Amino acid sequence: MESKRMRAGASALTMALLLSACAGAGPGGGGGAFTDDKLVLAVLNDQSGIYKDASGPNTVKAVRMAVADYQQKYGDKAVVTKIEVTSTDHQNKPDIANTKASELYERGGADVILDVPTSSAALAVANQAKNHKRLFLDVSAATTALTGAQCNKYTFQWAYNTYLLANGTGKTVTQNGGRKWTIIYPDYEFGQNMTKSFTEAITKAGGTVQESIPTPFPNENFATFLTKAGSSAPDVIGTMHAGGDLINLVKQFNESGLKDDGVELAVGLMLINDIHSLGVEQFAGTLFTDPWYWNMDAEARAWADRFLAETGTRPSFEHAGNYSAALQYLEAVQAAGTDDADAVIAKLEGKKVNDVFLRNGEIRAQDHSVVHDANLARVKKPGDVKEDWDYEEIVTKIPAAEGFPPAEASGCAMTS
Amino acid sequence: MTAILQYAVQGLAAGSFYALAALGLAVIFGVLGVVNFAHGAFYMLGAVTAAVLLDTLGLTLWWSLLAVPVLMFAFGVVVERLLVQWLLRLDPLYNLLLTFGLTLVLVELVKQRYGVSGLPYRLPAGLQGRVDLAGVVLPRYQLFVLLFSVLICALVWLVMTRSRIGMIVRAATEKPDLARALGINVGRWVTPVFGFGVALAGLAGALAAPFRAITADMGSNFAIILFAVVVIGGLGSIVGAVVAGFLVGLVEAFGQAYAPTFAQILIFVLMALVILVRPAGLFGRQEATA
Repeated sequence: MESKRMRAGASALTMALLLSACAGAGPGGGGGAFTDDKLVLAVLNDQSGIYKDASGPNTVKAVRMAVADYQQKYGDKAVVTKIEVTSTDHQNKPDIANTKASELYERGGADVILDVPTSSAALAVANQAKNHKRLFLDVSAATTALTGAQCNKYTFQWAYNTYLLANGTGKTVTQNGGRKWTIIYPDYEFGQNMTKSFTEAITKAGGTVQESIPTPFPNENFATFLTKAGSSAPDVIGTMHAGGDLINLVKQFNESGLKDDGVELAVGLMLINDIHSLGVEQFAGTLFTDPWYWNMDAEARAWADRFLAETGTRPSFEHAGNYSAALQYLEAVQAAGTDDADAVIAKLEGKKVNDVFLRNGEIRAQDHSVVHDANLARVKKPGDVKEDWDYEEIVTKIPAAEGFPPAEASGCAMTS
Repeated sequence: MTAILQYAVQGLAAGSFYALAALGLAVIFGVLGVVNFAHGAFYMLGAVTAAVLLDTLGLTLWWSLLAVPVLMFAFGVVVERLLVQWLLRLDPLYNLLLTFGLTLVLVELVKQRYGVSGLPYRLPAGLQGRVDLAGVVLPRYQLFVLLFSVLICALVWLVMTRSRIGMIVRAATEKPDLARALGINVGRWVTPVFGFGVALAGLAGALAAPFRAITADMGSNFAIILFAVVVIGGLGSIVGAVVAGFLVGLVEAFGQAYAPTFAQILIFVLMALVILVRPAGLFGRQEATA
């Protein structure tokens, strides 16, 4: 029995180690410049974890839709006929994202990497883009560092950043009377960056942040964090969590009864999938910033109908953002007549764009932040929901100039 | 002072899940010698089942607390008969790999069927809101979870100490060879005990459904802490699993309150300390070393 126990214990440890080390297989294939008559769009994102529904496999489909639209538009005049869309899982881990990005550029022949949620992972990919002098259009990561302190010539941030979320949600909620804030945030790049952006926006709007409480990431049990946050009697508890952690926190917030004490919950980053999975009644009335909503106007809705036919669900803003990034990349390739990264970047920089996702969009040359109009949204009450996925009411438009920091303030010194 | 009491109750409520699930893990290890790596997945299945029962049949939590353990018991019996039993005679490593593989399969199946964003769940009205106990304000549901788990643990303890089945299971847990030598048919109890352990994990999952995100991955982090609990309590010790479960819950809560950055690490620091001082765990028997 003794040896059995020892063996069992030892093998349990070994398994745990194996678990932490396991990673998926890399993509095959070699070579692949435009000279091979081939363009490779590589989607690198979370194919299996907490952000799978927000972007994941359906992002690959959205990118394929962009390729189809490009081919339909240009037909015989397209400068490249063979376009591949590949998909790789980075499991939200910076080290895996780093290795995969390097593999994609070197052996996968990737001309551009798309999506990449999880800020720490996105920063690793941005660094690889710089080293390999190939493009990286980030859609799903939010840290301002991508277009700020760690910006580089080959990296663009397409959809949103923490500054936008903070100036949408943080500013508005403070101006509406939520002056005393306590922030709970996941202790990694995204959460820290969000907390910084929110604190700045709240202070500027005349509010105060009494306390910022870090939590482990990922985490299930928020009961004590919430009690602690409530003990300083704030007007608003701001959560900077995303995905499953956000759902855990909201459930436990609703159950904690803090609402009855008049404490409001403000959510830093929320996707439509979060509302869908938790149910509208749990979120009803919550204000949040949505860079794009599928039912915000006829053009968005028409695209969302196509997306629904393709995938069976309505798109999140990340799906639409990836479609836009892929489409504008292909347009730039068409204009440049080559997949040479520097030539394509020259076509992208400074371009003013309007498409399904970008409204009053501009691909800023100074910091490679793609700025555009966004929305402040409110979650509908269950009685107001008229169809599946009809969860949001647009409260106001956030003009690009207000939602995004001015280029001079981004702290980006574009090199290489 | 009220804050400390509040943290303590929250810690004990969080510990309830660990205690219930670890109890199942300990019983399974004791009788079968199987380190059940799929325990986190069974916990997840319990929560998912509760959510599906609510969604399709409209069964509220009250019914789920009854139905989920029964269903999970049946599922556990099937898993034991179909898979686990064939590897029992071999090195424990085989069942470890089997249950680990089973985890991957179950998690992926749930992901395929229900996605990763999670399933919605609603508390019955009677369990919503808060109670005020002499100045200490607590969510009613947390209090319920705590009392319910203590009740279940007490019931299990009564069955274990007062009934014949319990005696046999305990004998088989502590000294399987001796129990066999005394003519007890240990093998007969293997299947129901496995089912019982799985049912406890499922019950913990159903209890977690109202205030945890119900996703395919909800068991993975839980399982890691669960193994720390079992190691602290002593592998195979039934009392140890329960005591360590509540203890870890408390450490987690006070860690979150006073050293949030280290909340999760503290559990493993505790585990390391226990292993240093008592390698067999708090309630594990110190095996004589030759």
